Amino acid sequence: MAKYVLSRLFAMVITLWIIVTITFFLMHAVPGSPFNQERNTSEAVQQNLEAHYHLDEPVFIQYVIYIKSLATLDFGPSIKQSSTSVNEMIGRGFPVSAELGITSLLFAVISGVILGILAALKHNGAIDYIAMTFAVIGISVPNFIMATLLIQQLAVTWEIFPVATWATPLHMILPSIALATGPMAIIARLTRSSMIEVLNQDYILTARAKGMTTFQIVTKHAMRNALLPVITILGTLVAGVLTGSFVIEKIFAIPGMGKYFINGINDRDYPVIMGTTVFYSAFLILMLFIVDIAYGILDPRIKLHKRGN
Amino acid sequence: MGLPEQKEPKVQAPDNLFVPLKESLHDAEMIAKPSISYWKDAWLRLSRNKLSMSGLVMLILLIVMAIIGPMITPYSYDHQVLTEGNLPPSLEHWFGTDNLGRDMFTRTWNGARISLFVGFMAATIDFIIGVAYGGFSGYKGGRVDDFMMRIIEILYGLPYLLMVILLMVVMGPGLFTIIIALTVTGWVGMARIVRGQVLQLKNSEHVLASRTFGASASRVIRKNLLPNTMGPIIVQMTLTVPTAIFAEAFLSFLGLGVQAPVASWGVMANDGLSVILSGHWWRLFFPAFFISLTMFAFNVLGDGLQDALDPKLRR
Repeated sequence: MAKYVLSRLFAMVITLWIIVTITFFLMHAVPGSPFNQERNTSEAVQQNLEAHYHLDEPVFIQYVIYIKSLATLDFGPSIKQSSTSVNEMIGRGFPVSAELGITSLLFAVISGVILGILAALKHNGAIDYIAMTFAVIGISVPNFIMATLLIQQLAVTWEIFPVATWATPLHMILPSIALATGPMAIIARLTRSSMIEVLNQDYILTARAKGMTTFQIVTKHAMRNALLPVITILGTLVAGVLTGSFVIEKIFAIPGMGKYFINGINDRDYPVIMGTTVFYSAFLILMLFIVDIAYGILDPRIKLHKRGN
Repeated sequence: MGLPEQKEPKVQAPDNLFVPLKESLHDAEMIAKPSISYWKDAWLRLSRNKLSMSGLVMLILLIVMAIIGPMITPYSYDHQVLTEGNLPPSLEHWFGTDNLGRDMFTRTWNGARISLFVGFMAATIDFIIGVAYGGFSGYKGGRVDDFMMRIIEILYGLPYLLMVILLMVVMGPGLFTIIIALTVTGWVGMARIVRGQVLQLKNSEHVLASRTFGASASRVIRKNLLPNTMGPIIVQMTLTVPTAIFAEAFLSFLGLGVQAPVASWGVMANDGLSVILSGHWWRLFFPAFFISLTMFAFNVLGDGLQDALDPKLRR
């Protein structure tokens, strides 16, 4: 176990380093300096600015400087908003994004699992068809379309929910639903298929023969095994929610990390883009790692010394 | 129960048991059904799946409309009539007009062209790179395979959309940069599938036979291995298309995709969102509806193909 964790940690560091390197050189492959289009600065100011951000050094030296500062968890300053550092942006945006992400993920997992179990229990019945139609629609409607349709109907036409921003719990409902629909649909389908498989096992028959109610069978015996596949895709779902949050935060004007990332892209503010990308990637890699470990703990049949294909 | 008793010496076989078979019974042992090929069988099962067939029909309609849609109106997608801005759907403009007086019907089907083009191109390029890489890696095996899979593992660990966004920032917006950005990381999934299949198949007898006759690696891969992996490959391709269409719409929505005046569904949805408070519902509804419909069609078709092409699910 310890050996496995260590080797995984090592692989994580390598992957992260590759991401940092790719991001860095991609950002420096863009022609022009970030100060080019700005109001006409004098030659001296230009040089000072470039010297301040080490832009006058060769790319490789800049790379070393960047890696060094990353090692101390310093993402550097923002170029366009010179008063704030990327660290401050992440510090301000991440809690908001995390709140949105966790709410959506909880919503997706709970409703997806319930939907999947109901569909499996009534396999090929009306509930099954309704639930699975919902699921296919949920997978097919892109999250940003879902968000705009929700705003159109629930916020503009019916005025039940506020249109945008991030203030009260009421504000959180629409963006969370929009972000959760896709993952919910995926979870529902997966839960259904693995639940159907588990419900056909002999030990479920035994449990039924013992006189357990359906509810007891599902919660005590079936769910434990049926939810294992759901855990394996949780890492991917976190990634989906995370990238989805860029556009959801933009639509609902939520001051999360996605907003800084998208603004950084629109402003071509390279330190911000690099910093947020590296942060996002590190977060994702960590999540995948946690999911793997959790899977190994929850399913004693999996041995964690070798990664299976 | 029906075991014959061992000792029954005096049984006389009646003569009527020794009559020759009737002519009509000669064929009793013949296989009645003509043997069905893998593809025919898959098609039979797919055509029984109503949802998937409806997806296929929708898809054909969408493709047909993408081809003829922009041609059956008198307007072009970028023709502006500023005096006729924001008109609701009418006989004149079936899907209404946008704020610059451009016909939404023409623009919507023009958007369909872009989405479908991006989807099919991404799937095709993923197919080419993925099959070449995965096939080679799986066939070679050993150290080459180990090394090539390390690369795949690293690429697989990269957050897909995040990398696509970065590439778009670097390469600048545009249709072809989108396709490049989508395929740079997108082929990895295909390569993994092909490699897994090739690994499984390469030690089977027909491959051995082929190699005994001196077939080259490329011939074995093309003639023996690929045809047997076509099922999973096709499923993967049908599922790549909606992913690519989604990514294009997503990027265009963020302002990183195709640029005005070209109409892509993502661009149109983004425009529609900005006027959501003014009640011009048709500007959001049509692009939103058709993106979702396209993704729906591909997803249900992909699901159906997965069931139809998986030999394990044969009944």
